[in-house]
Amino acid sequence: MKFVDEYRDPTRLKIQLAELRKMITRRWVIMDVCGGQTHGLLRHGIEQELEDVLDLVHGPGCPVCVTPAEAIDDAVELANRPDVIMTSFGDMLRVPGRRGSLLQARARGADIRIVYSPADSVQLAVREPEKQVIFFAVGFESTAPATALAVLQARQLGLKNFSLLANHVRVEPAMRAVMQLPGNRIQGMLAAGHVCTVTGYAHYSEFVNQFRVPVVVTGFEPMDLLAGLTRSVQLLESGEPQLCNEYSRSAQPEGNLHAQRLIDEVYCVATVPWRGFREIADGGLVMRPALQDFDARSRFGLAEALLSSDGECRSGDVMTGRIKPIECPLFGNACTPETPVGAPMVSSEGACSAYFRYARPIEVRT
Amino acid sequence: MSQISRQDDVPGCPIPSENDRERITLAYGEGGRLSRRMIRERILTRFSNDQLNQLGDAALLTTDSRQLAFSTDGYTVTPLFFPGGDIGKLAVFGTSNDLAVSGAIPRWLSLSLIIEEGLPWSVLDRVLDSIQAAAAVAKVSIVTGDTKVVPHGAADKLFITTSGVGEIREPAPPGPRSLQPDDVLIVSGPIGCHGAAILCAREKFDFDPLPNSDCASLIQPLISLYAARLTPRAVRDATRGGAAAVLQEWADASGLTCIINESAIPVADGVRGVCELLGLDPLNFANEGTFVLATPPELVESTLNLLRQHAVTNQAAVIGRVKPRQNNPVLVVRGIGREVVLDEPSGSPLPRIC
Repeated sequence: MKFVDEYRDPTRLKIQLAELRKMITRRWVIMDVCGGQTHGLLRHGIEQELEDVLDLVHGPGCPVCVTPAEAIDDAVELANRPDVIMTSFGDMLRVPGRRGSLLQARARGADIRIVYSPADSVQLAVREPEKQVIFFAVGFESTAPATALAVLQARQLGLKNFSLLANHVRVEPAMRAVMQLPGNRIQGMLAAGHVCTVTGYAHYSEFVNQFRVPVVVTGFEPMDLLAGLTRSVQLLESGEPQLCNEYSRSAQPEGNLHAQRLIDEVYCVATVPWRGFREIADGGLVMRPALQDFDARSRFGLAEALLSSDGECRSGDVMTGRIKPIECPLFGNACTPETPVGAPMVSSEGACSAYFRYARPIEVRT
Repeated sequence: MSQISRQDDVPGCPIPSENDRERITLAYGEGGRLSRRMIRERILTRFSNDQLNQLGDAALLTTDSRQLAFSTDGYTVTPLFFPGGDIGKLAVFGTSNDLAVSGAIPRWLSLSLIIEEGLPWSVLDRVLDSIQAAAAVAKVSIVTGDTKVVPHGAADKLFITTSGVGEIREPAPPGPRSLQPDDVLIVSGPIGCHGAAILCAREKFDFDPLPNSDCASLIQPLISLYAARLTPRAVRDATRGGAAAVLQEWADASGLTCIINESAIPVADGVRGVCELLGLDPLNFANEGTFVLATPPELVESTLNLLRQHAVTNQAAVIGRVKPRQNNPVLVVRGIGREVVLDEPSGSPLPRIC
């Protein structure tokens, strides 16, 4: 399959891996920012292959994981209203809020549907004029253009029964927040290739200058991940904190201007609550007041979410790279993909889930 | 229901007219004249045989076999018709495949229909035609059955249950507890086609090429394996949960580890495309005409040669081996050559967000 096989070719992978290992003289600490990268590193065995020479830390880049429990409570509350059809992406349904997940709400009778695109929710609103259709929008700048487009479509169609429960977040402010944590150990960052495809990456030069760490725009296939790691190590070894792009087939310095205009038309930048950080300055996107008719919070009179404690769950420490998932006391015991406590165990992109799936040692039966 | 044709109704009569030509009404499930008429006109015309024609409470079966296999399965697929198959074909092949992988030659099936009030007769007829065609391919007789019509909303259009009895003629596969280290794991064809086809049909994804369900009878290749004394240690049709679920079960049952090589697993391009786009794994997708088998190394070549003579299994391939128990029950070798734990999904695979 084109655009897949060439990036998973075993011979090329082994050569690249050998080159990378040869280059390493110190145990560098490198953070991958995006959940898709965490997944790829573990699924293809790259992290396991390099664990003796590199310290790979998984950052806060799983949109499902950073969605606060309170936002899920809002979604559940709205979904329980008799005239509402709640729609969202598949893996959002399993994330537990304080009063259960959307999947559990559905089992109790709420009308909650998985869609594959926010545009499907708009179509649903057209087909079901008697119902209020809400799209529970989560994700980084890579999913925001699609939800923005849905709002603009709904406005063009004059729909009175479509709204967004928007919880979009922004990657770069989260990377800054990680770097500013006390005791931060991160020496290099793999930037999220798909988000950079939308936002561009030129603005990261300021980040590089401020924190003096290399940032390498990186894709998601095994060959992409190895290329991103190799470039990072090369920059670290030569002591040159620079901005590089190892995902040039998709990401360009200026990004996708059309997608950026869509985001800008519907959303403005705001300080929002984040699981694991309490809140991040400029860390999210909220809907512009002019579009409040399509904002579920405003339409249904919901208060802004306030954060409460995550209890014993140390997902905040995991997402900020302070501990590995297996160091959390709940990992694999109270917290498994079937009974997730923290969001990183829920989403297949979450660091805890990826560890449980691909790296977990289990007892040998004798 | 407004759509039901009532032009011939007697005013005030609560029972819809038997001239209702478009849709099935509750009256057809009441066991009276209309029920008998439905069975006479739609069931007996298609499935006539000595046992069924008796319309008794049970079919009497005669066999010389000392051992029989008995299996049952319920079919609730949505949509009823999908690329490569439909609920009727599925109901016949699903149950007869279960018998065949257990070492039996499928002979007799029961057919139970739960019909939602308002289902168009044309839909039922199309499904019954498909059952008739599939039963001929599988060489099974429908010998007993039941029909119910339930109120609108109490079922989703049409549910089918088939139970089947098969005769064991050759020694049956001893099952996964008999697996030995170094046994070879084989799949009979490209995996994940049914799950991908259903997902695309249900969600109306317009992929090109659109995945086709693999829904098919596996009886012929399996019976010829048994007859050629190539009986595997274990065979399972990899239905719900996909090939991954079979491997997990076998590893649990045998106390050994199954190691598979991702690049050796046949996957159709259309299925791969769906999986790559949605972040799903074909190993977890259901199959309805594909099995996994484990056999000793010395039988591998003859087994593959024989399977490749049958159209339905002509892409059979070795995908891995059984090994002494390691830290994990199922391992998969991906590109870089490292063994990684194969994930076991909880619940149905949910598409990833990005």
